[in-house]
Amino acid sequence: MATYLEFIQQNEERDGVRFSWNVWPSSRLEATRMVVPLACLLTPLKERLDLPPVQYEPVLCSRPTCKAVLNPLCQVDYRAKLWACNFCFQRNQFPPAYAGISEVNQPAELMPQFSTIEYIVQRGPQTPLIFLYVVDTCLEEEDLQALKESLQMSLSLLPADALVGLITFGRMIQVHELSCEGISKSYVFRGTKDLTAKQIQDMLGLSRPAVQMQQGRPLQTPEQPVISSRFLQPVHKIDMNLTDLLGELQRDPWPVTQGKRPLRSTGVALSIAVGLLEGTFPNTGARIMLFTGGPPTQGPGMVVGDELKTPIRSWHDIEKDNARFMKKATKHYETLANRTAANGHCIDIYACALDQTGLLEMKCCANLTGGHMVMGDSFNTSLFKQTFQRVFNKGFNGEFRMAFGAHLDVKTSRELKIAGAIGPCISLNAKGPCVSENELGIGGTSQWKICSLDPSTTLAIYFEVVNQHNAPIPQGGRGAVQFVTQYQHSTTQKRIRVTTIARNWADAQSQLQHIEAAFDQEAAAVLMARLGVYRAESEEGPDVLRWLDRQLIRLCQKFGQYNKDDPNSFRLSESFSLYPQFMFHLRRSPFLQVFNNSPDESSYYRHHFARQDLTQSLIMIQPILYAYSFHGPPEPVLLDSSSILPDRILLMDTFFQIVIYLGETIAQWQKAGYQDMPEYENFKHLLQAPLDDAQEILQTRFPMPRYIHTEHGGSQARFLLSKVNPSQTHNNLYAWGQESGAPILTDDVSLQVFMDHLKKLAVSSAA
Amino acid sequence: MSQQGYVAAPPYSQSQPGIGGFGPPSSSLHYGHYGDPNSSYSAPQPGVSKSTVPFGSSAPVGPPPAGTQFSQTSFQNGPGAPGQQPHRFQGPPPPSNTGPSYPPYSHQSQPAFPNTASTSSTAQLADQLSSMQINNYGPGTIPSPHVSPGHPASLQGPRLPPPTQQQISLPPGSQLPPPPASNVNGLGAQPSLPPMARPGGIPGPVSPNPNLQQLPGQPPGPGYHPQQANYGPPMAGSQLSYPGAFPGGPAQLSGAFPGGPAQLSGPPQKKLDPDSIPSPIQVIENDKAARGGQIYATNTRGQVPPLVTTDCVIQDQGHASPRYIRCTTYCFPCSPATSDMARQARIPLAAVVQPFATVPPNETPLYLVNHGETGPIRCNRCKAYMCPFMQFIEGGRRYQCGFCSCINDVPQFFFQHLDHMGRRMDQYERPELSLGSYEYVATLDYCRNKKPPNPPAYIFMIDVSYRNIKSGLVKLICDELKTLLDKLPREEQEESSAIRVGFVTYNKVLHFFNVKSSLAQPQMMVVTDVAEVFVPLLDGFLVDFEESRSVVTNLLDQIPELFADTNESETIFAPVIQAGMEALKAAECAGKLFIFHSSLPTAEAPGKLRNRDDKKLLGTDKEKTLFQPQGNCYEALARDCVANGCCVNLFLFPNQYVDVASMGLVTMYTGGTLYKYNNFQLDADRSQFLRDLRKDVEKRTGFDATMRVRTSTGFRATDFFGAMYMNNTTDVEMAAIDCDKAVTVEFKHDDKLNEDTGALIQCAVLYTSISGQRRVRIHNIGLNCSSQLADVYRTCETDALINFFAKSAFKAILSQPLKAVRDILMSQTAHMLACYKKNCASPATVSQLILPDTMKVLPVYMNCLLKSCVLLGRPETPTDDRVYQRQLVMAMGVADTQLFFYPLLLPLHSLDLKSDAVPAAIRCAEERLSEAGAFLLANGLHMFLWLGASVSPELIQGLFNVPSFAHIRAEATSLPDLDNPFSKKLKRILEQIQSQKPHTMKLMIVKQQEQPEMIFRQFLVEDKSVYGGASYVDFLFCIHKEISQLLS
Repeated sequence: MATYLEFIQQNEERDGVRFSWNVWPSSRLEATRMVVPLACLLTPLKERLDLPPVQYEPVLCSRPTCKAVLNPLCQVDYRAKLWACNFCFQRNQFPPAYAGISEVNQPAELMPQFSTIEYIVQRGPQTPLIFLYVVDTCLEEEDLQALKESLQMSLSLLPADALVGLITFGRMIQVHELSCEGISKSYVFRGTKDLTAKQIQDMLGLSRPAVQMQQGRPLQTPEQPVISSRFLQPVHKIDMNLTDLLGELQRDPWPVTQGKRPLRSTGVALSIAVGLLEGTFPNTGARIMLFTGGPPTQGPGMVVGDELKTPIRSWHDIEKDNARFMKKATKHYETLANRTAANGHCIDIYACALDQTGLLEMKCCANLTGGHMVMGDSFNTSLFKQTFQRVFNKGFNGEFRMAFGAHLDVKTSRELKIAGAIGPCISLNAKGPCVSENELGIGGTSQWKICSLDPSTTLAIYFEVVNQHNAPIPQGGRGAVQFVTQYQHSTTQKRIRVTTIARNWADAQSQLQHIEAAFDQEAAAVLMARLGVYRAESEEGPDVLRWLDRQLIRLCQKFGQYNKDDPNSFRLSESFSLYPQFMFHLRRSPFLQVFNNSPDESSYYRHHFARQDLTQSLIMIQPILYAYSFHGPPEPVLLDSSSILPDRILLMDTFFQIVIYLGETIAQWQKAGYQDMPEYENFKHLLQAPLDDAQEILQTRFPMPRYIHTEHGGSQARFLLSKVNPSQTHNNLYAWGQESGAPILTDDVSLQVFMDHLKKLAVSSAA
Repeated sequence: MSQQGYVAAPPYSQSQPGIGGFGPPSSSLHYGHYGDPNSSYSAPQPGVSKSTVPFGSSAPVGPPPAGTQFSQTSFQNGPGAPGQQPHRFQGPPPPSNTGPSYPPYSHQSQPAFPNTASTSSTAQLADQLSSMQINNYGPGTIPSPHVSPGHPASLQGPRLPPPTQQQISLPPGSQLPPPPASNVNGLGAQPSLPPMARPGGIPGPVSPNPNLQQLPGQPPGPGYHPQQANYGPPMAGSQLSYPGAFPGGPAQLSGAFPGGPAQLSGPPQKKLDPDSIPSPIQVIENDKAARGGQIYATNTRGQVPPLVTTDCVIQDQGHASPRYIRCTTYCFPCSPATSDMARQARIPLAAVVQPFATVPPNETPLYLVNHGETGPIRCNRCKAYMCPFMQFIEGGRRYQCGFCSCINDVPQFFFQHLDHMGRRMDQYERPELSLGSYEYVATLDYCRNKKPPNPPAYIFMIDVSYRNIKSGLVKLICDELKTLLDKLPREEQEESSAIRVGFVTYNKVLHFFNVKSSLAQPQMMVVTDVAEVFVPLLDGFLVDFEESRSVVTNLLDQIPELFADTNESETIFAPVIQAGMEALKAAECAGKLFIFHSSLPTAEAPGKLRNRDDKKLLGTDKEKTLFQPQGNCYEALARDCVANGCCVNLFLFPNQYVDVASMGLVTMYTGGTLYKYNNFQLDADRSQFLRDLRKDVEKRTGFDATMRVRTSTGFRATDFFGAMYMNNTTDVEMAAIDCDKAVTVEFKHDDKLNEDTGALIQCAVLYTSISGQRRVRIHNIGLNCSSQLADVYRTCETDALINFFAKSAFKAILSQPLKAVRDILMSQTAHMLACYKKNCASPATVSQLILPDTMKVLPVYMNCLLKSCVLLGRPETPTDDRVYQRQLVMAMGVADTQLFFYPLLLPLHSLDLKSDAVPAAIRCAEERLSEAGAFLLANGLHMFLWLGASVSPELIQGLFNVPSFAHIRAEATSLPDLDNPFSKKLKRILEQIQSQKPHTMKLMIVKQQEQPEMIFRQFLVEDKSVYGGASYVDFLFCIHKEISQLLS
C-alpha cells in the first residue's frame, strides 16, 4: 500500500494532519467497531516554506452557525458569483472584491494545492510580544550565576520591541520596575499571602488608570503606555538596565538554617506574574517564564514544607494519599493556569534541581497554556542553557518559532462530530451542532484556545462518525473537516490559517479492506497513546493499561486474520503490523509506568508527549536504536536486548535522552587507547560516528535531551537496558542458548511473550 | 573592672593624680576636703577617728570655727544618731544657736545682713488682702469654689502682725541653717540651705520690702485700711477666685494704690507690690550666688543639692549626682503611722530620675565595672546591686544588703578584708563600693534570648508625600543626612560608630532601600501590602554608613528626585512604625526610628486616623478624649515596639490637625522624642529642625532599657511617669532612653521608716549601649528620714515637686476631667502649705500666708502649671499643641520643667559686654518690661526676642543691622551674624540657653504693640493670662484662702 503511505505523507506535509483512518467508515456503528477512533493529529502551524500568506481577509460562510472559510472543496458558481459552503451547503455571495473571479482567475483559497492557506489580517492594535521572567533566587551561587547569564543572553535574542519584565522570588517576591534610572526599584510582596488580581494591581499601582478610564476617555490613551512602562519595558530601551539588574541579583538573603529548605514562594510569585499581565495586557501574546530551582515551600501553592526531614511527595505517598499539600497546590496552580489561559498568556516552567520541584502540581500551568516545561539538574548545564536558548530559535524565514493566543476552530461536515482534543489547549466551550456528546479528551466544544504554540505543536483531535447505518453515504462521498486557526504571529501580526481536508467514506461492511489499508498505524498509536496518557492523569495506572490492552485485543480481533482459538494462525496485515509493538513499548513507557519515576518526571514526560508531533511521539513511545560497527554502515536495529553486542556501538534516542553505548569489546579497545593509534584510525572514526549523529539530534530537539555516554557495564547503561525489549533476561538466558546479546535483569515480559499472549487472547472465542 | 577609666577620673585624680587609684592615703586626704563629715554622719560607721584627719587639711577653704563646732557635735552625738545630728543639734535653741553658727557662712554672701534677717526664711503673706477682697466683692462677684462663705471669719484673724513680729512668726524648723550641707561641702564656701533661706527675707537690690514679704492684714471692719500702702501696692481683689477671669488684667498692677474706703464700692484698684511676693528669680539668683560655680560633693545622705538653675561641679561621693536623681524632698517623713504626718503633709515623695543625664566635661563620667562572667553582684533576696549601702560584716566574708537587710556571702573573687573601721580595704578602688553612680557590664543572662545584643540601628523613615516634597523638606533631610551620619554616637574608645543605618521612604506605600556596600546603586523595594506590612530585605537594609557611604550618598541624592513628580498626598503611619520595628526585629537589634511625617494618616491601612478634633469638647468631661489615642492600634503597636527595643522618634510637620495624641503615642511609650514644626517653612524653620535632628542623632542613648527602682524597706515605688512603658508594676521599660528623658517615680510608705538607716533608693537601668554592649547603670541615693515635719519641709525641692505635679497631673488628664485635675492640684498645694503652717509655723501667724522656705516659689510655679495650655484648654490653642506639650512634659527632667513652666526672661538692653556672664533674669511679668528695652524669653520650646517700641537705635543696629525699630523684619527667625560685641554676646547667650535644652527653640521676634505680642504675653506667666488663668498674685490669694479654710 505504498500509495497510502505516500498519500499520508503528502497530506502531512501539506496540511500537517494525520488521520488514524484515511478512509472513513460511513456509519456510526461501524466506526465504533473500528476500535481506534477516527481522529487526527493536527499540527496547526506546521512550518511550510512554500506557503506565502495572503494579505486579505478570508471569506466566510454567511450562516451564523457555520462561518466556514471558503476553500477548494466548495462548489463555486463563477457566473453568479456564488459559492456553496461544503459544510452547511449555504449558498453565499462572493464579496465585492471578488468581482473579477472566474475559472481562470481563481483566488488562492480555491486552488486545490491551497487546502492549507494562511491569511494575514488587520485586527486590533498590534502589541509587542511580552516576556516576563519569574526567577527563583533560592539557588546555589553557581546555579544562580548560570541562570543570570542565560537570562542576560536571552535579552539579545528577544525582538527589540518586545516588552520584558522581571519578577524575582525567594522568601518574598519582587516585581522589578525597569524604567528607573540610577536606582533599581522593585515592589515586594510577602510569599505567604495569596492575593487577588485586583489586590495585585492595586498594590502595583496599576489600578488607577482604570479609575481614570471610567472617568473620562481622553485620559486613558496617554496613560496606557505609562503603566506598561513600569514593569514591562521594550527590550531595546532597558537592555542595559536589565542586564545590570540581572547581574546584581543576589541569592535570597534570608537565612536558611540547617535542616531546612529555603522558603520559596513560587505560588505567589506566579500569581503576581499572572495578575500583572492580566491587568496590563490581557489577550496579547505573553510568556511568563518561570525559572525555579526547587519546590515551593511556603504560601499558597506550596508543595512541601521547609523541613528537610520530610521529603517531597513520591508516587508512593500519592497512592497512599499521603501528599499533604498536593491537592491544595494543584488547585492553586490550576486556578492560575486557567486565568492565564483566559488572558491568552502562557507559562513556561524551567525547573532545574536535583530533587523534585513540584512539576506535578504546576504542570497544568504549562499544559493548559501551551507553555514549555523543561526539567534539568541544574541551570549550570548545557541542557538548560541550550534548551532555553532554543526557545528563542528562529525558523527558516527568520521568524520566531512561537505564536500566541491561537483559537482553533474545527468544522466538520454533517456526518462527523467533534469528540474532543488532547494537547496544550483549553476548551473555549463553543457548543455547536458539530460537537459530540461523547467526549474524548477536552471535549464539549468545537473551539480551543492554544495560548502558545510553535510549528511543531500538535493536537490530537477526536471525531465521532454520527451518520446512521441506515442512511448510507453515496459512493464517492467525502467527509470534510476544516481547521481554522487564528493566532498572533511572532511578528505580532494576526493571522488565520485554514486547513480543509476531505476523506472518502467507505462502507465498513463491504469495503473493509479499503479502510484497513488506509489505516495509519503510527498516527493511531500516537492517538491511542494520547488517550491513554490523558486517562492516566486521572485514573489509576493499571486501569489504563487494562483499557489499552483491551483496545489492542479488540483491534486484533477486528482486523487480524486467524482461526478461532488458534494463536498460531494469527496474522495482521501490513498496515497493522507495527501497531502491537508500539503498544508494547507504550505500556513500558514512562508515560504510563510510574515505577522508577518521580511524580515530577512523569508530569514532565507526559507534558511533552501531549504536544509533540507524530515523529517525536513515536520516538517517545518506541525509542530508536542505531548500531555502529565494523560490519557495515550504521543501521537501525531492533530495540531489543539482542541488539546489544560487544562489538557494537549503540545510539539510542528516547527523545528525552540520547544514549551512546559502547559494547564490551569496543569499550575495552577504547580503554586500551587504540583510537589514538594512527593505524587504528578507523576505530577512531567508528567512535566518532555516533557522537556526530547524536550531535545532530541534540542540535535540533527541543527540549534538549539528556546526553548520556556510557559503555557496557556502566551505571548509566541502565537507560538503555530499561528501554530495550528484554528478549533475554536472567530467567531465559540459558534457555535460549548462547545467542549473542545482553541479558536484562528484569521480570518484565518481553515482546515475544506479549505477542504470544495477544495472539492467544485475540483468537480466543471467549473474549 | 575598668581600672583605667577609674584612674583618669577627676575627683580622684584631683587629689592624688600620681597614684592612680584609691589608695587609702589619697582617699583620706581627699576626704579631708570633701568627704570628712560624710564619714562621721553617714551610716553607722564611727567617724570619730576619721574626723581628725580632715581638719588639718580643710583649713584653707572654710572658717575653722564652724568646722570645729561641727565636728564637736559629731563627737557629742556619736555614731548612734548620725543622720539626725544636724537637727538635734540646732533645733532646740533656735535663735541662740543660729547665731553663733551662722556668721561664718553668711559673711560670704550676705555680709552686711543682720543676724535676724538670716533667720527669716519664711515668706509670709498676710491674708488681709484676701479677706478684704472678699469684703469688696464678696457674694457679688463670680462665685468661686474657693470662696467659701465661712471665709469672712478669717477676716478677724489677721490682726496685723506688726513688722517686728516677723522673726517670731518664723517656724523654728526653717530657721535652721542646714549645717551638714554647708559644713560638709564647702566648709563655708557652700552654705547650701541658708542662702535659700535668706532671700525670702533679705531684700535684694530690687526688692524694696524688708525681709519679710508679709502683707499685714487690715483691722477688722469693712473698710480697707490705708496702712496697706506701707506694704506696697496690693492686688486687685477679684482675682481672688482662681481661676476665674478677672477683668482688670495685669496691667493694673502698675498703678499706684489709691487707698481709701472708696475702694469698697468702686472697681478694684488695689495693688499689691509684685516685688513683695516671693520671686522665683530671687530664689534662683540667691542659690546661684551661694552655690554657683562651686563643688558639690554627694557625700551625705539627705543633703539638698543646689537648684537646677545653679551651675556647679558635682562630685559623686557615694550618692548619685542630682543630675541623675532629684527628689521632691530629701528627708522622708518617718511614717504615716506615727502622726499621720506624711498623709497630712501631702508632700509627694518622689524622685525624678534622669539616668542618662549628660554630665559636663569637668565631671567624671560613669565608671564601668566588669566582673566578667559572674556578672554584677546582687543581693540574693531583693536583687539589689552591690553599692555603697551594703554593709560588710564578718571580716568581709559577708555583707548585709542595705535595702532588704538580707545577709549575703561575698563571692570569692570579690572578697576583701575590712579595715579597723569595718570598711573594705578596697572601698575606694571599687566604684560600686564608693560611688553613687556607676555601670556594670551585664552578662548574657541579662540579654535578650541570652545572646549578646547586636549594635543598635537607626532607621530613617521619610514621608515622601506631595507636601513634603513640595516644601523641600525631603531634600533638606536627605542633604543633611549625608553629613549627619558621620556623627553617629560612638563609644569614646571606638573609631567609628557601631550603629547601623537604614532608610525607608513612604507615602501610602513603603519603600525600603538596599544600600549594601557591594551594590553599584541602591535598590528600592516597594511594599504595598500595608495591611500586613513586612520587611522585604534583610541583608543590605541596615548598613554601616562608613562602608556603604557611596551607595547611601547616591540614595540620598536620588530620593528627592525619585519622588519629585509625586502627587500622592495620602499617607500611612502605623505600618511605617511596624515596618521599622519588624526590620529591627529581623536584624535582632534594638534601635531608633526617625520618622519625618507631615499629615494625618488617612490612607487605607491599619492606624488610619480621622480628624476628630472638636473644640466643643473643651471644658467638658469629654475633653480628656482629646488626649487619648484613636482606637487601640497604636497602643498595641507601642507594646510591640517596646518589646522589640524599637524607639520611635517622630518629627511632625503638620499644617493642620494631625492627632498628635494618636501619632505620638508610640513615641511616648518607646522613650522617643516628639518634635513638631507647625506650618514648616523651609527658610524659616530649617535651622530649628536641623538642629533638633542633629542633636537627636548624636544623642547618647541607651537602648532596649529596663529600669528597676529598689528601695529600702518601709517604702516603695508605686507610680512612674515618663516616656516609658510598663508591663507590670515594677519594671519600667523603655525601648530607648536618652540623656534628656527623665522618669519621675512616686514613693509611698508601707511601713515606718527608720531615722537611722534613712531611705535608700537604687535605680538600676539595664540597657544596650551604642556599641551593643549590655550594661546596667546604677544610681544610688540615700535620703534622710525624720519624724519632724519641719525636716521634711526643710529639704523639699520645689523644682522637683513641680516636675512631679506636672507629670502626675498630665497623666491624670487621660482619665479625669481637667477641672478635677486642676482642683486636685490646688487642694494639694493648699494642703501642703496648710500643714506646714499648722505644724511648723508659729501660732501667731495664723492669719498669714506662710510659705516654707523651700516652697516659697511653689505657688507661682503651681500657678504656671495650672494655667499651662495643657490643663487649661482654650479654643485658641490647637489641640495638637496641647497634646504635644503634654507629651514633652511627661518626659522632662527637673531643669526642663522648671524652665518650661517658668520661662527665662533676660533683659538685653543692659548687657554687660565686658563679662561673659548671662545677665540676671527678671520675673515674667509685663511690668518688668520696658519700652526702651529688649528682652529675651525662652521656655525650652519657644524663644522670643521682645523689642520695646522705643528701644535704642544703637541696639537695633547692633542686633539687626537696620537703622530703626520700624525696619526690623519680624518674620526673621534668626539674628544676623554681625561683627559687633553686642550681637556676638547675644549670640553667645542664645547658644548657651539653647545648648542645655533638648528641643531647639525657634526664635520669634516680637515688636511691642504688634500682633505677635499676644503670643508672647502668654509666657509672661506671672501675669493674668489673656486666655484665662490667674495671675500670680491672684493665685496667692486664692491659695491663702484655701489654706485658711483648711485650717479653720
